[in-house]
Amino acid sequence: MSKEIDSLSGVERFEDPGLPEHKHRKSDSDAIAANRAERQVAILFLLSALGTVGTIASYIFIDTKKFIYLPILGDTNAAQLALGTGLAASLFFIGIAAVHWAKTLMPDEEVIAERHEFRSSDEDRSDFVKTVKERAGAAGLGRRSLIKRSMGVALGLVGLSPLVLLRDLGPLPKKELSTTNWASGVRLVTDPGGQPIKGTDLEIGSVAQVLPQLPEGTERSLENIGKDAVLLIRIRPEEFNLNAERLSWTYNGIIAFSKICSHMGCAVALYEQQTKHLLCPCHQSTFDVTRAAKVIFGPAARPLPQLAIGVDSEGYLVAKQAFTEPVGPSFWERNSA
Amino acid sequence: MKKSEQVAGNVASYIDDRTGAAGWAKKNLTKVFPDHWSFMLGEIALYSFVILLLSGTFLTFWFDPSQQEVVYNGTYAPLSHVTMSASYASTLHISFDVRGGLLMRQIHHWAALIFMAAIVVHLLRVFFTGAFRKPREANWLIGIGLLTLGIVEGFLGYSLPDDLLSGTGIRIAEAIIQAIPVVGSYLAFFAFGGAFPGHVFIPRIYIVHVLLLPGIFLALITVHLMLVWYQKHTQYPGPGRKETNVVGYPLMPVYMAKAGGFFFIVFGVTAFLGAVASINPIWLYGPYTPGQISAGSQPDWYMGWLDGLVRMAPPLETHAFGHTISWNILIPGLIIPGILFTGMALYPFIESWISGDKNEHHLLDRPRNVPNRTALGAMSLSFMLISLINGGNDVIATHFHLTINGIMWFTRFGLFIVPPIVFIITKRICLSLQRADREIVLHGRETGRLVMTPAGEFLEVHEELTPEQKWTLTQHAQPAALALPSEDAHGTRSKSAGIKGKLRARMSEANASQVAAPTAEQAKELEGGHH
Ligand code: HEM
Ligand code: FES
Repeated sequence: MSKEIDSLSGVERFEDPGLPEHKHRKSDSDAIAANRAERQVAILFLLSALGTVGTIASYIFIDTKKFIYLPILGDTNAAQLALGTGLAASLFFIGIAAVHWAKTLMPDEEVIAERHEFRSSDEDRSDFVKTVKERAGAAGLGRRSLIKRSMGVALGLVGLSPLVLLRDLGPLPKKELSTTNWASGVRLVTDPGGQPIKGTDLEIGSVAQVLPQLPEGTERSLENIGKDAVLLIRIRPEEFNLNAERLSWTYNGIIAFSKICSHMGCAVALYEQQTKHLLCPCHQSTFDVTRAAKVIFGPAARPLPQLAIGVDSEGYLVAKQAFTEPVGPSFWERNSA
Repeated sequence: MKKSEQVAGNVASYIDDRTGAAGWAKKNLTKVFPDHWSFMLGEIALYSFVILLLSGTFLTFWFDPSQQEVVYNGTYAPLSHVTMSASYASTLHISFDVRGGLLMRQIHHWAALIFMAAIVVHLLRVFFTGAFRKPREANWLIGIGLLTLGIVEGFLGYSLPDDLLSGTGIRIAEAIIQAIPVVGSYLAFFAFGGAFPGHVFIPRIYIVHVLLLPGIFLALITVHLMLVWYQKHTQYPGPGRKETNVVGYPLMPVYMAKAGGFFFIVFGVTAFLGAVASINPIWLYGPYTPGQISAGSQPDWYMGWLDGLVRMAPPLETHAFGHTISWNILIPGLIIPGILFTGMALYPFIESWISGDKNEHHLLDRPRNVPNRTALGAMSLSFMLISLINGGNDVIATHFHLTINGIMWFTRFGLFIVPPIVFIITKRICLSLQRADREIVLHGRETGRLVMTPAGEFLEVHEELTPEQKWTLTQHAQPAALALPSEDAHGTRSKSAGIKGKLRARMSEANASQVAAPTAEQAKELEGGHH
């Protein structure tokens, strides 16, 4: 446009030869070719109609519970497949017909439209700018600083009311993120099943998911599971590489960790028997069971919290105390001293 | 007069009698649209949005956005008598007991993937051809907005069925919210109405998914298209195409037929995918419970890069004064995406600041002619690609027999090393393409035909380009470097001085160092000696 920023301005450039001459299509001059194109478009439209007929027919005739085996696709619901392909054909061929029609029979000569710079003429523009300035001045904001400031205060504050109104979206976190249902003497029960387990029920090399036994009559909610889920792993006691305190938290080779990943809270569900590693499938944080779930790979920054376990008078596994730290992902108030 | 023409004429008169729109409508029906395959990318995005509206509305008739627990007793036997949320149960119902239900679910999900892919590729087209330049900055910003909201909308969508996979995704989203310093736990409790997972999250995101965001989409898309209409389409350079014109086909009938037809093609293809290609078979995952997980958890592809960044983050947390800051979550989950999207949004303004170019642009750039921009785009793409690779590290590891460990270290280093290399290589390629352009404009195209001169020498015949080809290869403006800021007569520095000014001058200099496009003069000079 007007002020080209160009290091080459001033030198003689190649010339724009202008729009190339239009080449006519066969169907433009040849009536036979045009008629053929017309028939092709018609066939395409009819294929679409056929698709719709197929859709309706498959609705009427194909049992919705019928499965058929197809190569690549495997077991497929026949009704679903027929409905879908019929619908697809009925839509697709309308589109192809319209495009083919446009390409063969509608005028294909490119036309030129002029484009004008958006910027208005200089007078219009300076008039406009002047008007805006005047109008803005007429409000007198520049002079009346009292209005300006008080308006600032009012507009600044008006956004606060929605915050108050939204307060009841949820309760305050209080201690919820730091507490679980585990406490001294609470029995470990299987999940699923809800049966208490004995120290001897678990074989070496095996894993079990457990939850705390809740008082009679309390429903277990998903929120509870999200904090309480614990993994039991039994290995040979001599394989532990723990300090004395942590070793005392194990029972007969059984060690218990929170199943909720210390990274972002997924369930740490994969246990590799040979390496004794726990793996979280979400981001592959890997924890070494023998060393109190120390992080040996991945983005998790903390070990899985360990639950101290023992047995009660009847020989059932119980927690010896609550978790000593919050389980699950980090949060601002978490005190990791 | 043909019958159809008479009918069309009557319709036109009818409308004009009631609206007086004849003048406006006449102008717009003959409006010119340039034709190029890359201009269909935006159309694909638009049409998939329409498909999402239609198929999504179908799903709302049966979908029950509730986390109340129910016992399933529908057709799908393996889950009989299992306790699950009503939203999961109703998604099973749609999949197995509503005729065409599974088809519509699959169409909806495929359309979402196509929608996002079309937006991304459309955005790349706009970026690499410089279509975002003045006066189209507003549409660039709207596009970035649509991309961002699209990612959110897609995530909320596949969170709705409340299966084991999507619940895991929500769990991760909750952890990101919870990681925000100071207010994180409060925000998480407000969003979930208490502790995770609670009973209100799915009903809440449902209304966002089917009303709030689609409404915003509709508004943004409308403005986007109105601007395209009003500012007229850009066009690729070529003979007869100028900054001051638009060359193409008139809206009625050619463009209408092509664009309308294309809608049906996109819908047809999506329906075909929905019919034959299984996607998100939620019945295989089972209902969500926080204590379980399905192995190989993978989000949809447009979230994959985020997941990849999270996976490769180093295990960093700060523990101080009784507080915890999770850098391993904040950096990949919020800070890097924030920087990337802000940078993308600001790019048109940064570029025009560097070049000092305040002109309108309606002719598109050939990417090679703007090497630094092209290289920057390629570099950013490589960054995203490496993140995406790491997002699928478990799948890649099992398919190609690699270790996850190996892939993660490769991507951790690759994220910093590969993009700069891609930048340098892309820039080199652009410059050699410029050189090649210059070569064939001045010396013609090599034909591979050898002729023997009377003196017995062999010469290859060079075919001169047509004037059209020469023009296309040389029409572009090449930027001049801005002068370094200098001190003015009074010894005080001008406004543009200082680090900012220098930086700007350096960058504009880098933009200006290119292979000079050949001029007609040079071609003439060569005529004498060469041929
Ligand atoms: C840009 C727009 C949209 C995107 C990207 C999107 C994406 C998605 C995705 C990926 C799913 C999961 C589907 C599955 O595999 O089950 C979903 C579910 C759903 N969407 Fe959308 N959607 C969009 C717009 C809409 C609209 C406009 C509506 C309704 C008016 C809607 C209604 C629903 C419903 C009811 C479900 C849950 C039902 C089910 O999953 O079976 N969506 N959406
Ligand atoms: S949630 Fe376990 S690694 Fe991220």
